[in-house]
Amino acid sequence: MEKIYTMGIDIGSTASKCIILKDGKDIISKSLIEVGAGTTGPTRAIKAVLDECNLSKEDMSYILATGYGRNSIDWIDSEMSELSCHAKAAYFLFPNVRTVIDIGGQDAKVLCISDKGMLTNFAMNDKCAAGTGRFLDVMARVLEVKLDDLESLSAESTKVVNISSTCTVFAESEVISQLASNSNICDIVRGIHKSVAGRVAGLAKRVGIEDDIVMTGGVAKNKGVVIALEEELGKKIYVSPLAHYAGALGAAIFAYQKSQK
Amino acid sequence: MLENEKVPAKLKLRAVADQVYKNAWDAKKRGELVGWSSSKFPAEIAETLGLAVCYPENQAAAISAKHGGQRMCEHAEAMGYDNDICGYARINLAYAAGHEAEEKPMPQPDFVLCCNNICNCMTKWYENIARIRNIPLIMIDVPYNNTVEVDDHHVAYIRGQFDDAIKQLEKISGRTWDEKKFEQVCANSNRTAKAWLKVCSYCQYKPSPFSGFDLFNHMAVVVTARCKVEAAEAFEALAQELEQNLKDGKSTWKYAETHRIMFEGIPCWPQLQALFKPLKEKGINTTAVVYAPAFGFVYNNMDEMMKAYCKAPNSVCLETGVEWREGICRENKVDGILVHYNRSCKPWSGYMPEMQRRFRKDLDVPVVGFDGDQADPRNFSEAQYNTRVEGLFEVMEEYTARKGGDHNE
Repeated sequence: MEKIYTMGIDIGSTASKCIILKDGKDIISKSLIEVGAGTTGPTRAIKAVLDECNLSKEDMSYILATGYGRNSIDWIDSEMSELSCHAKAAYFLFPNVRTVIDIGGQDAKVLCISDKGMLTNFAMNDKCAAGTGRFLDVMARVLEVKLDDLESLSAESTKVVNISSTCTVFAESEVISQLASNSNICDIVRGIHKSVAGRVAGLAKRVGIEDDIVMTGGVAKNKGVVIALEEELGKKIYVSPLAHYAGALGAAIFAYQKSQK
Repeated sequence: MLENEKVPAKLKLRAVADQVYKNAWDAKKRGELVGWSSSKFPAEIAETLGLAVCYPENQAAAISAKHGGQRMCEHAEAMGYDNDICGYARINLAYAAGHEAEEKPMPQPDFVLCCNNICNCMTKWYENIARIRNIPLIMIDVPYNNTVEVDDHHVAYIRGQFDDAIKQLEKISGRTWDEKKFEQVCANSNRTAKAWLKVCSYCQYKPSPFSGFDLFNHMAVVVTARCKVEAAEAFEALAQELEQNLKDGKSTWKYAETHRIMFEGIPCWPQLQALFKPLKEKGINTTAVVYAPAFGFVYNNMDEMMKAYCKAPNSVCLETGVEWREGICRENKVDGILVHYNRSCKPWSGYMPEMQRRFRKDLDVPVVGFDGDQADPRNFSEAQYNTRVEGLFEVMEEYTARKGGDHNE
């Protein structure tokens, strides 16, 4: 029987991700370029994902885009919001999921999933960068550390330095003040993670939290944020190694379903 | 247009709205007093006394829709008004201070009429106008309704202020109250309200004979001219057109009606097209709005009139507010709700998270919120809005599939 290949493209604000699925269930290729909408990222990510499995666009039965830049490619078959795509991927990875927390580059969202994997409700951050990946970018820059190092730094913390969660600009000033007061950088980073967690936990409580909770999106790679969120919610959070690819994965699954109609 | 050709209702409505401002300019030229009024101040008083009145909220909405809102807000901020204050208030205070607005000019006031049934920002806003222009402020204070029924003490309290407002205006204008004329004005007001509510009621039909977004355009007349017989006639003409649309299977909604939603809150006037675009692309007709029918004041006597002016989105308790909206949702058969978290209207937005929870529980429909502002374009992000509408659409599709497959069943 002929194999069916589908591609999901997630063009985020800070990264471009692609996944190719075989028959709607086997991931045969994935790519991630650390620049997103409005850059060369999408084109490079698409080329990389095709090169990895030695296939071409023409081999794809259906191509579906999602993410902030989903409308920027005109040759795809269709597009969907990242909300549905993250929900779909989370259910694919963790069939017992009921709540998805996705923290991306410029937004944070909490999704409620039914026992059949249906997206039933969601809430997103307001017009503010606090509680998003951008918040962490800004803080890493102020601390003169790499974004990827935040996790290991917070792991060495012995106490939390409180950082405001109401505004990125104010929080940046607070971090600068803490640095000027010689606070331990590891404790500051832990406070930054707690700040993000506090903001997102508020959003999650607003829509209602049910177990199992799954975290998706780029920020899920940072275990420091995951731990802070677990502390805020008092619940276990599941994270897949594919968390960063969840949008693209969900898009590829939807692409498969649409190819079957 | 040919002499015998029927004038479309929307042109009649536009003419009525334009006439309100023309009357005010003409009165000013004749040396008569002109007032500014909050939109839910009992319009019957000034109309009975034959005083020309303009409506700052209506003016601010028009200025915003024509993209002058940010300029006026920035003028107000330079005067010292914080950008957290209502955008309508900032626009109007800038205008009161002399900043021109070619988008919708109106004569400066000789008195102001304020009723805080809409919100308490209104009180300080009008106090500031009175101070800037050095003119009298006539105030009717409507207490927040903690109970479902309006308390008799509230009715008496508002009635006392109503009578006092008449006396104050008689003194300021030198005109005399005419009870017979008042009765006619009240009759006009009720006729307009009933016609307006009838127009709104046509959203109940599936498919709807018009786009619910049209209500946002038509409502200027019920805000500014509800006591005038021409307003009643224009709305009656519109209702007739909608009745005909219904019979002919026509609609001003030119797209497939895949879903029907309630739009909660005041629209983002500067981005009305941006609000509408993803909705029309997805076939989502707004068949229920809270803001528009809120201006349908119907009453049979003075006590009922006082009670009618107690009902505004920000002056009723949560239970009444929920019941009100859920009734609108059921009547108009919506399968989703879009909530505007309006930076300009914190009282309204403040109780929406709890309302959202109740809507979901009671109506079993998805409810999605977005950030925006009724007048200040800086508080709206089109990309964020589009994602939320797309998400709402996808969840409504899921609900439709779960409920049996057919849309709107």
